[in-house]
Amino acid sequence: MTMHVTECLLRMHDQHFELEDYQGGVPRWCTGCGDNAILAAVQRLCRDEGLRPENTMFVSGIGCSSRFPHYMKTYGFHGIHGRALPVAEGIKMARPDLDVFVNTGDGDCCSIGAAHWIHAIRYNMNMTVMLHDNQIYGLTKKQASPTSPIGTKSNTTPRGSYLEALNPLTVTLGVQNVSFVAQAVDWIPEVLYDIIRKAYQHKGLSFVRIMQRCPEWLPNMFEPWMADPMRTLLLTHERGVTLSPNMAKVYKNTEQHDPLNLNRAREVADLHDPIPVGILYQNPDVPCYEELRNAGQQRSTRYIKSGLEAEFDKFTIWPQGAEGKARPSA
Amino acid sequence: MSETLTAPPTKPRSRASQLARAASAGKAAVTLSEHIVEIVSDSGEGAQRCGQSLGAIAAKMGNGVWTVEIIPAEIRPPARSVAGGSGNRIRLGSGRVTNGGNETDLVVAFNEQVLLGRVRTGELKQGCTILLESMWRDSADKKIAAMYVETHDELVKSGYKVIEVPLERECRTVVSDARRGKNMFVLGMLCSIYSFDLQIAREQIAITFGKKDASVIEANVKLLNAGFEWAEKNLEFKYRIPATRASEPQIVIDGNTALALGVLASGMEVCAMYPITPATSVSHYLSAVFEKVGGIVHQAEDEIAACTFAIGASYAGKCAVTVTSGPGYSLKQEGIGLAVMGEIPLVVINVQRGGPSTGQPTKVEQGDLMTSIFGSHGDAPKVVLAPGTIEECFYSVITARKIAETFNMVVVVLSDASLATSQTPFTRPQFSEAWLAPPIDQSEIPPGLKPYDWNEKTGLARRFIPGQPGGMHTLTGLAHDDLSHVAYDPDSNEISIRARSHKLAALQKTLAAPTVFGDQKGDLLVIGWGSTKGAIEEAVTNLRAEGHKVSSLHLTFLQPMAPGIKEIMQRFKKVITIEGNWSDDPNDAIIDESNRRYSAVAMLLRSRYLIDVDCWSEVRGQPIKPNTIQRVLLEKLKQK
Repeated sequence: MTMHVTECLLRMHDQHFELEDYQGGVPRWCTGCGDNAILAAVQRLCRDEGLRPENTMFVSGIGCSSRFPHYMKTYGFHGIHGRALPVAEGIKMARPDLDVFVNTGDGDCCSIGAAHWIHAIRYNMNMTVMLHDNQIYGLTKKQASPTSPIGTKSNTTPRGSYLEALNPLTVTLGVQNVSFVAQAVDWIPEVLYDIIRKAYQHKGLSFVRIMQRCPEWLPNMFEPWMADPMRTLLLTHERGVTLSPNMAKVYKNTEQHDPLNLNRAREVADLHDPIPVGILYQNPDVPCYEELRNAGQQRSTRYIKSGLEAEFDKFTIWPQGAEGKARPSA
Repeated sequence: MSETLTAPPTKPRSRASQLARAASAGKAAVTLSEHIVEIVSDSGEGAQRCGQSLGAIAAKMGNGVWTVEIIPAEIRPPARSVAGGSGNRIRLGSGRVTNGGNETDLVVAFNEQVLLGRVRTGELKQGCTILLESMWRDSADKKIAAMYVETHDELVKSGYKVIEVPLERECRTVVSDARRGKNMFVLGMLCSIYSFDLQIAREQIAITFGKKDASVIEANVKLLNAGFEWAEKNLEFKYRIPATRASEPQIVIDGNTALALGVLASGMEVCAMYPITPATSVSHYLSAVFEKVGGIVHQAEDEIAACTFAIGASYAGKCAVTVTSGPGYSLKQEGIGLAVMGEIPLVVINVQRGGPSTGQPTKVEQGDLMTSIFGSHGDAPKVVLAPGTIEECFYSVITARKIAETFNMVVVVLSDASLATSQTPFTRPQFSEAWLAPPIDQSEIPPGLKPYDWNEKTGLARRFIPGQPGGMHTLTGLAHDDLSHVAYDPDSNEISIRARSHKLAALQKTLAAPTVFGDQKGDLLVIGWGSTKGAIEEAVTNLRAEGHKVSSLHLTFLQPMAPGIKEIMQRFKKVITIEGNWSDDPNDAIIDESNRRYSAVAMLLRSRYLIDVDCWSEVRGQPIKPNTIQRVLLEKLKQK
């Protein structure tokens, strides 16, 4: 694909960005909310990757997590409940030159927007999707979400939720064209950062489920896992996450897992205790929808005109005698 | 023989054509100014293709033509069923034809049951000529034979001129699979009946079957010739509708193709859709050709995704379009509200069908006007325009894209099932660079400019596009201030709602007053919108010829309404709207002035202009006929 003229010019002036260049205001999340950790990791990623703020796009739906774009100093799109993914797909199709991130919650992605989630995996457009999964509806004040563990007491399930939780990892790994699935937890920021960075660098749709604490409505939900490092299974691999020596001292429950191994990824995805953390699956060879559709073509007036005239020709009745004479576009 | 039958000297006439000419020489053709012919068959027998081809041939002959598809709701309804008739109705005229007209003059039916369906819906002229496939008379199935004889005799008794034609038997003399070839045999018959040039018909077959094997074209041409010759030998009547060939090139397309060409011509690049009748053929055609000019048709996972995908594409640079019909339009409402709130340009094409709910997918209705203007919760001002002709279908999309991007608004284009599948020639558009969208603005945003710098008077603000340095902000569907910051304070809410509302007023200031059809003043003004245009104007023309002081006004802009409408209405003693949506009949027992529900445009006009506008409407799923309108208007003229 040819490069935009403006893009070439901008590249000539390679700039250096600081964290402040991405910080767009004071987050209004609760103290102790896991979203803060995700925001910090993402801002760090933007700086480290040197992303131009004007070419970076954060798209979200509705919910606590979906406030995310407001706290970035990039372009943001805070849309409607459940529809972050199709909006992001439209943006990417029109502008494959933009870096697109999606922030969505367990209600937004796995409930009201579930159809779009399945199809987004299938389209495999080049974007990074972060599922902020706190296993509860926060903004509407504590209702069970599809990922709430069975028995979760909430305002709509005062005697405990009735159904087994939906598992976003197994669902995603079951969809044709899946190309990147990872799981992170907000309380291990170093690994969270590593995973988001790998997700960003992957070409295709990277789906990262992030276990995210909600201190307001489910304050103790992840306590047992935070207290005992052995209840976290760290997936390590040279093509996935590698642990720093310090991390390796704390997190001793590890598994060498090759992200190309889909069968093992599906088994790991099904684990609830210990929680698997790392890159479950990555396949760099799945085609991206925007490339299959040749998005981002440059069009000229002459090009459109000739195409249009050719179509008119198909349906035209020429006045008598005009046959054989010079037709405008024949 | 007419001059139009003389081919240019460069093209030697074929033997068949010469034969046909010789045979027809003995039969005098009756000259007509217009005629309505229809072909009905079971679904899959090709009556639609026959009708479309006849329409194209007539248009090439220089005749005025308007074709209407006869579509069953199911893909494969049971054979020989009253409700399963499929086909085409072609109104042929000497001059320009603007609508499907009144009842049918001549029918070709492949079986008596589908014919019965047409008789029962009142589509046939009393005593019209019927050419009926006669094979059923000798059917091995005694029941079928009996049904045929019963229907045949009944129709004859009722005064129809039924001519039995051994279609299948005749076709079998030419091809082995006669059931699939009947339609081209019939086309040949009709070319003889209407004195059409067989050479043009053969060329049309080559176009129709262009993608297929040469042997397919050859077989169909044989059938065409056979049908022509059979009619020349066996039918006692022959018509000629003098043609006046246009001096400018014409294009012959249906409304949905016109909409799709409009998308191409508007410079839009992304169309996101989900399949729905009767809108889908817009996307079918677009899917075939859009990529040739760098565009993309995205078939989304659902209507909501189609709408929000288009919104994303629009937001990121250029205006995008989503195409749908009633049920899909309902599903898009939340997305449309988001585009209104975020001031994202968006074109929504709604090819209306019968509603509510799944309603009548293949039938015409104008029931979505109110939902287009007032749809989506809260105050969600958007532009609504409705093409009244197939030509306007083309231009309306270009206009819609322009308005959407100039005012950063949602523009709804309301077509309907009648325009969607009807075909008629119109002047080939002359390409203009002004049609196209400007390139995506990637210039730096000057310091101090805000993402919603609403002009105090017009509400307009410059739109920021991702990629523009200095313009970074987060668009939100939440209430926001001019910085696009979430704002719940009373002032911000009012200021932003006012700005979005004033854009409609600003657009309204740019519109010209609509043109009155007929005299500028008189006894009765008829107001319509959308696909009823041709029928209303025909009715008005006929009434004026009889000396009645009737004029009509057709509204293209439904929201905002153009200036000057009130002044026009005030120059007439009475005003009535004619629409294809529901209104209560004041003569119904339970209806009085305090509970009568008016049809959509009547309600809008009454509330806006405080004028006592009456209405008449019909929801029969068929295009409203000119003679029906004429009758209604005469009654209205007589009323005290």
